Amino acid sequence: MITYFDACRVLNQYRSDAVSISTMTQTKYWNDVSKQPDLDISIGNAMSKASSLALGIALGAPERQVLCLDADGSLLMNFGSLATIAGAAPNNFYHFVFNNGIYGITGGQPLPTVEVDYAKAAEACGYTGSYRFSDIESLDSSLPQILSNPGPALIEIIVKGEPEHDGVDQTWESNAKMPMQLRALRKNLTGVDDWGPGGPFL
Amino acid sequence: MINGILHPKNVVAQLVEQNVSHYVTLPDSETAHMYEALMAEPSITVVPVSREGEAIPVAAGLFIAGQNPIISIQNAGLYEAGDSLRGLGLGIGLPLVMFIGYRGHNRKGDTPDTAAVMLEPYLHLWRVDYFVIESDEDLDRVPLAFDRAKKTNQPVALAIGTEYAKEPSIDSIMGGAK
Repeated sequence: MITYFDACRVLNQYRSDAVSISTMTQTKYWNDVSKQPDLDISIGNAMSKASSLALGIALGAPERQVLCLDADGSLLMNFGSLATIAGAAPNNFYHFVFNNGIYGITGGQPLPTVEVDYAKAAEACGYTGSYRFSDIESLDSSLPQILSNPGPALIEIIVKGEPEHDGVDQTWESNAKMPMQLRALRKNLTGVDDWGPGGPFL
Repeated sequence: MINGILHPKNVVAQLVEQNVSHYVTLPDSETAHMYEALMAEPSITVVPVSREGEAIPVAAGLFIAGQNPIISIQNAGLYEAGDSLRGLGLGIGLPLVMFIGYRGHNRKGDTPDTAAVMLEPYLHLWRVDYFVIESDEDLDRVPLAFDRAKKTNQPVALAIGTEYAKEPSIDSIMGGAK
């Protein structure tokens, strides 16, 4: 079984200038290891939509690799996105699914089933590549080749669950983070700073 | 009774005028012929989704990447997409025009269809500005919606209150030879 920290550390080694969209527990570890926060989006306020947001970025910026750091519980809430992504077939899309079998953020309740093989599901939907890793050495040795192959690819990572028992802080600043990150990423990708304030947080 | 007709080619012309790049959609009965017209327009890429809740996040991603997307879903699908509208539409200040199929619109007569009954109260509740389009005569509301979305950095809805007209095929123009 792989730890969140090791998975994020290894993934970051091969990231290059890819955009990342992360959600749930892995976000805090990704934020710790990422050297390019201007290319990172943390979705804490729209559970399950990481894969769909990442798909839009991948389609809109086809020259840029997009890494979606998804979670098993989140993907179950948006399972149809596997078919949507496979149909759109962006070759710059890499879909990492951190599988811990629980709802970690809410205290560790079990998913409806832990029997889902997300790599097989992606393959059945038509992803170009699908992989499943439960040890860090295999993940580390395989990632360079996976990321050099065309996507869409789903890389399932079996991780040790880390249930959160103290809840999640909800502050004005924490809710304003994603809108600010999205604006920064648009500016980075387009070179234009034209997305003004909007919504309750900006 | 509906007096006017809404032709898909005229709507597509409006979208081209607005430099729309992507049309993110889950087709519905009101917009079936619109889909056919869009497939014939090379400047707009159609992005099909499996569930309406995906449409707004996909459009948000496209916008972040510098594209100019719209979405098209049915009113019943908009209700399913509520959390996406909240979290990745209203919450982030996304300037997005949303074509919403107004299934059961009572301009066709009294209707018990809750999908129609709920639409305008729903849009008011979520503080989403909207315009209703029922025929070609209403298409001046399309640029208004784009302008409103851009000025407010908020989603704006265009409620399509009629089925798009079926465009005549080459065969029918030539006398139904087939």
